[in-house]
Amino acid sequence: MANYTLIINGKQKTVEADPDTPMLWVLRDALDLKGTKYGCGIGQCGACTIHMNDNAVRSCQIPVSAIGESAVTTIEGLSENGDHPVQVAWKKHDVPQCAYCQAGQIMNAAALLKRNPSPSTEEIADATHGNICRCGTYNKIKAAVADAAAQ
Amino acid sequence: MTLIKTKVDRRSFLKTSALAGGGLMIGFAWGCSPAETVRPPASEWFDINAFLTIADNGEITIMSPNPEIGQNVKTSMPMIVAEELDANWEDVIVKQAPLDTKNFQRQVAGGSQSIRQGWQSLRMAGATARHLMLLTAAKEWGIDAASLKTENGYVLNGSKKLSYGELAGKAANIEVPEEVPLKDPKDFKIIGNSKKNVDLEGIVTGEPLFGIDFQREGMVYATVLRPQAFGTRLKTLDDSEARKVNGVIDVVKFTDHTSEADKARGEKVAVIATNTWAAIKGQKALKVTWEDSQKRESTPEHIAKLDAALQKADSKSLRRHDGNVSKAFAEADGVFEKSYEAPFLPHNTLEPMNFFADVTDDKVELMGPIQTPQWSLGTIAQLLGRDESEIHIGMTRMGGGFGRRLYGDFVVEAAAISDKIRKPVKLQYTREDDMTAGIYRPSSKYRFQAAYKNGKVTGYHLTGAGIRMGGTTRENWFPAGGIENYRVDSHNIDSNITTGAWRAPVTNFLAVAEQSFFDELAEEMGIDAIQLRLDILEQAKNSPFGESIDYEPEKMIGVIKLAAEKGNWGKAPNGVSKGFSSYYSHNTYVAEVVDVVTENGQPKVSNITVAVDCGIVVNPDAAINQVQGGAVDGIGHAMYGDFSFQNGTPQANNFDKFRLIRSKEAPTVDVHFVESLNSPTGLGEPSLPPAGGALANAIAAATGRRVYKIPFSKQDLALG
Repeated sequence: MANYTLIINGKQKTVEADPDTPMLWVLRDALDLKGTKYGCGIGQCGACTIHMNDNAVRSCQIPVSAIGESAVTTIEGLSENGDHPVQVAWKKHDVPQCAYCQAGQIMNAAALLKRNPSPSTEEIADATHGNICRCGTYNKIKAAVADAAAQ
Repeated sequence: MTLIKTKVDRRSFLKTSALAGGGLMIGFAWGCSPAETVRPPASEWFDINAFLTIADNGEITIMSPNPEIGQNVKTSMPMIVAEELDANWEDVIVKQAPLDTKNFQRQVAGGSQSIRQGWQSLRMAGATARHLMLLTAAKEWGIDAASLKTENGYVLNGSKKLSYGELAGKAANIEVPEEVPLKDPKDFKIIGNSKKNVDLEGIVTGEPLFGIDFQREGMVYATVLRPQAFGTRLKTLDDSEARKVNGVIDVVKFTDHTSEADKARGEKVAVIATNTWAAIKGQKALKVTWEDSQKRESTPEHIAKLDAALQKADSKSLRRHDGNVSKAFAEADGVFEKSYEAPFLPHNTLEPMNFFADVTDDKVELMGPIQTPQWSLGTIAQLLGRDESEIHIGMTRMGGGFGRRLYGDFVVEAAAISDKIRKPVKLQYTREDDMTAGIYRPSSKYRFQAAYKNGKVTGYHLTGAGIRMGGTTRENWFPAGGIENYRVDSHNIDSNITTGAWRAPVTNFLAVAEQSFFDELAEEMGIDAIQLRLDILEQAKNSPFGESIDYEPEKMIGVIKLAAEKGNWGKAPNGVSKGFSSYYSHNTYVAEVVDVVTENGQPKVSNITVAVDCGIVVNPDAAINQVQGGAVDGIGHAMYGDFSFQNGTPQANNFDKFRLIRSKEAPTVDVHFVESLNSPTGLGEPSLPPAGGALANAIAAATGRRVYKIPFSKQDLALG
């Protein structure tokens, strides 16, 4: 076990964990940030998507020892009041069904728009392809991303 | 206006709570309580009935009785109560009810039946409460209730009004009348107007709404190692390495046998840890050997058994026989036959199975995602030798169900582990556990034979066979009644692989096969694919053959015509090929037109037009979402669903080996509802069964090749 000082949602947090512990479980179990979800553990589904320095990454694939000084943002820290343009668009389109994948979808979409503020329809489809929605809300996901980009 | 009997006796309940100060329930606003509304906080809450609590400030808590698996019942069921109550939806706070067999009926998420079967009791709960408000106001004003109206959470008397909040505390001594009026559906204001998901704010900000998020002081985490192959059981266990993993507290063997069949699977091993990652690492560090306890089955032998069964038809397999099928085939102008094959499928809910259990001497507390809490209650009471009254089951939001969470095997495991270690424990499945310890959609095959004469289908024989499937057919649905000589046979083949309901059980593949067959049959007969279906349905509607049918041909005709019109059937632009399918399930009628385009020499679904008759649409935007999701799910599993067994071992255990449909492969879905004042029917499943058939037919139109086996993506789809 080792101590790690991490920057999570703009705040310094110190956690004790094995170096190989994926950030997913550090966030969920040690820091009680339950918004980041476990879906597959092998980086295939995107439910655990977080930001490292504004880039969308799969937190199940990143050990706590690899975070270093990177700024980590989770769904809980995406905005102060749930009013990030992607969150607003998600509410407007009432996207979720079971909702389990949606935090990962939102974090993925927010990183896309940071990188590419006006994605084409095809770029949106490409960028959302890595996040599985088992309920099949892809129509609404793509509409909400396009809407957020237009804001 | 219809009258409804009030079955809920709330009088003594209300008095008790009023005497106790009313505060039996504490309101907390994680529902849709609008933050902007300026109103004093509630100081007292009054129980009106099992569904409803009204605060002195006018806030209304509505209990949502059924489990939420993404089918939107936590929003749409309270909408029905609020409608009859004439509440202001902005005043409503929705709470998930726990399992409460005394006050609620059928707390199940399954069969797309929550709204259909809850419709009357939800309306009654709202209407009874509304009437109580009217009577209380009438007493206050000293006038006849008949002269009063309700609107938006108020009772109106000309220009005077009293809010439900002002009235709730005074309603304690008012008798509930034996009958109360229900609204005319034409007057609905909340039903039929889209309301946002009540958990939306929490969902987009990452609040802990799901079973996997549930936490309790002193809770430990558990993973379980189960037999890796069906037909085997634990022989030896060496847990020395697992115990060395940082955070692992204990390794325990346990049994959770609730049936004879379970016993063949022997003991399971639980790794108990201080956090989830340690429990997962500990599980991987276990060294075990297995031994055969039963036959270890493989997919080729399953298929051989299914093929053999399809050649048999006897009195044991017979499900329905109208007319004389062999005579019709002997006298036909032509006969046509095709067979279709589908594999087992895991459910793959995105939230893997998990459950919280805390077993102590005094009580058994269970919390988590389960579609059938009542089954777990009974089973755990029996397994642990506890009285049902000591067991409390709470329901969290579920990260998908699709049928998997109808089975409480993981609830029982959690209870058995907590009983053994006497600690509050969260059982967590890894994805690999989830996919390999499944309750799979049974593998099945169908053989269709048709005889035709003078442009009419005169004979029909469907034979179905499934692995541990039970019934494989729907013999009283389409095309029953529409074909004079009609026979259906069904075979069940026993297996030790655990199987169960998977979204739209039986019909999730039966519809694909049947609707593919009718398309090819129409082609063989030289008739338009839709016209052939309409001819059979007209017969079934006007002069049905056989004793009875369990569907309404007229409604099917309605959705077929709507889909054909909206989907531009017969008018495919260049480069687009269309496929058609229609199916009745869960009391709902659906027809779909799939558009396929060619991308890199392969067919790609670009759009699906869906026509639905599900009666009254309670929450339209959410209903569209359900229909879109079901159609996308149907396309995805028809295209990619691939799962097999070798020597009892599942051949896929995660999403690198099991392909689910993703964003770029998902078509746009254009949804049209038939306008209706009929009571609502199912919506969580019915758009799935027709999708695969419409896809198969569109692929045939695009490539000239028919597909007979799922997954379609593994067949040769290159343009012919």
